[in-house]
Amino acid sequence: MLRLEKRPTPSRFWLYATPPAAVILTMVAGGILFAAMGKNPFEVIRTIFWDPVFGEFAFYLRGQLLVKAGPLILIAIGLALGFRAGIWNIGAEGQYIMGAIFGASVGLAVFPTESRWIFPVMVVAGAFGGWVWAMIPAILKTRFNTNEILVSLMLVYVAQTILAKASTGFLKNPEGMGFPGSRNFSSYPAAKNAFLYEPLGLHWGGVAALVTAVLAYILLTRHQAGFQIRLAGQAPRAARFHGVNPARLVVLCMGISGALAGLAGLFEVTGPAGQISIDFNTGYGFTAIIVAFLGRLNPLGIVLAGFLMALTYVGGEMAATQLGLPAAAIQVFQGMLLFFLLAVDVLTNYRFRLAVGAH
Amino acid sequence: MDLGGINPVILIATLMASAVPILLAALGETVVERAGVLNLGVEGMMIFGALGGFIVAVHSGSPVLGFIGGAVCGALLSLIFAALTQVFLANQVATGLALTLFGLGVSSLGGQGYNGIKPPPTGKLFPQALTDLPVVGPIVFGHDWVVYFSIAMTAVLWWVLKSTRVGLIIRAVGESHEAAHALGYKVNRIRLACIAFGGAMAGMGGAYVSLARVPQWVDGITAGAGWIALAIVVFASWKPWRVLIGAYLFGGITVLQLNLQVAGSAIPVEYLSMAPYLITILVLVIMSAGRKASGAPAALGQNFHASR
Repeated sequence: MLRLEKRPTPSRFWLYATPPAAVILTMVAGGILFAAMGKNPFEVIRTIFWDPVFGEFAFYLRGQLLVKAGPLILIAIGLALGFRAGIWNIGAEGQYIMGAIFGASVGLAVFPTESRWIFPVMVVAGAFGGWVWAMIPAILKTRFNTNEILVSLMLVYVAQTILAKASTGFLKNPEGMGFPGSRNFSSYPAAKNAFLYEPLGLHWGGVAALVTAVLAYILLTRHQAGFQIRLAGQAPRAARFHGVNPARLVVLCMGISGALAGLAGLFEVTGPAGQISIDFNTGYGFTAIIVAFLGRLNPLGIVLAGFLMALTYVGGEMAATQLGLPAAAIQVFQGMLLFFLLAVDVLTNYRFRLAVGAH
Repeated sequence: MDLGGINPVILIATLMASAVPILLAALGETVVERAGVLNLGVEGMMIFGALGGFIVAVHSGSPVLGFIGGAVCGALLSLIFAALTQVFLANQVATGLALTLFGLGVSSLGGQGYNGIKPPPTGKLFPQALTDLPVVGPIVFGHDWVVYFSIAMTAVLWWVLKSTRVGLIIRAVGESHEAAHALGYKVNRIRLACIAFGGAMAGMGGAYVSLARVPQWVDGITAGAGWIALAIVVFASWKPWRVLIGAYLFGGITVLQLNLQVAGSAIPVEYLSMAPYLITILVLVIMSAGRKASGAPAALGQNFHASR
């Protein structure tokens, strides 16, 4: 009979080996799922994980990777800071939407003025929108001890109705011949998030994601606030004695994650999405939760995890068009990845022992 | 008697039915949380139950089998959560979120091809003559069996948690798993059973959405009902009768909001449809403000590993 035994110290090997192990297990389980759906599992796995990087259309698809990874990394880093401190902001999707709406509103308000200051102001407005939306659960948590998980999640639904109102009402394109959706930013150069280097898919969102990853790494490893975040998560009581103010930490972590999610929303709506529409948001705010855990809540790990998750998006779309794999299958695949990750993670803190005889 | 185009008798009768999904799910989650487990996967289990129940009902032609199928599906999905948190000792918050994401994905995948089909109808329990009585007719007699089942479950769970040995063990495990373990109770097995029960209740609640409330299969059909159920458990301070009150209050707001939309209220539709979520937040604030002890089980969200 196998039994679990707590390790004296967490295993360094499994700390790094967990994500690859989870990916391999997910490929196996996903392969079984794809086979059950009547697809050739090897072909599907190859289409998702190999073709976007090395296949026939890789010259185009490689660029798509950063386009998808950028917002995921940006959001996941913010979430990871909070998760580390035991603050569960799971409403990033709502903050992402509100960032896009705030930023886009600023840009559309001054249409068709041309000025180099328009885009930077929109960026600030986007971050502000996400920040405001995250401050609601943060302040309710610190003032009234309200559960931030439930409030932030409820606000996603509120943000979605505001988005519906924006795209059919106050941000609707007056020249759109009655179709829902705002003006398209691709035809408004001053407010457009253009590619800086097209073959890599690099736009300002990608730059922001990579810079944020480095800054967050420095924050966590070299800065007092980062130390407090890690301490509060690992030993809340010790953190109190150390003088960590829990309320300030909640406001800080929620604020950062909200602002980053808002930024991601703004870069997406002015770039790849192009316009505010009812469904411009594609669930990045929720997928970023998986990315944060897959990256072991470590900013540099999150960059890798973001690219891997982007691969499943890009490859999944390929598999959808070439092999007729339903889009929802990718969602299941991503969900499985998180399950396996959480399951394999037991090996970091515990080891299996053969129990000899009756204990 | 009409108030602004809304008949209060009809309103009460409708809210009782519209509250059933969140009532069932919240009752299940109450038991889970009283055993010290925080399962944030309610939304995932509900929607999986909604799909499973729908498929079973459509193929068997029996709505009763559909509800059982929904409960079984919800329980099956919850076993993934149980295995991860009770055997592999994974973080409960993260695993619950994973369960919701996974449940939404699986239902979206499995539900393809079931759009636009009508499930077999769930009829009213009492004969027409009783339903036609004024006032008490629609409110007391005008429902299908699941509405009565949900009320009965409230009473049963109240009684079980309050005055039975099983309830005492569940609460002991949720308040102090170390003490329960020292007394010889198998903490993780008891929790596993509670998680499965919670999954079954959530799945049945989900099945009520797809079989009775909507009634058809639509992607994302539960629309956050699982999260609202979680909020209602907090609102109810983990007590079954208060869960019923919370669910009915919430059901009332939802119905009222829909009625106002139909009645052509001056408030735009979008703002009305965000009302349920805003009011949930408001209620959470009121319930959690100014209280040191929330009444939450002491071991809520903590995993247990028997080192001895």
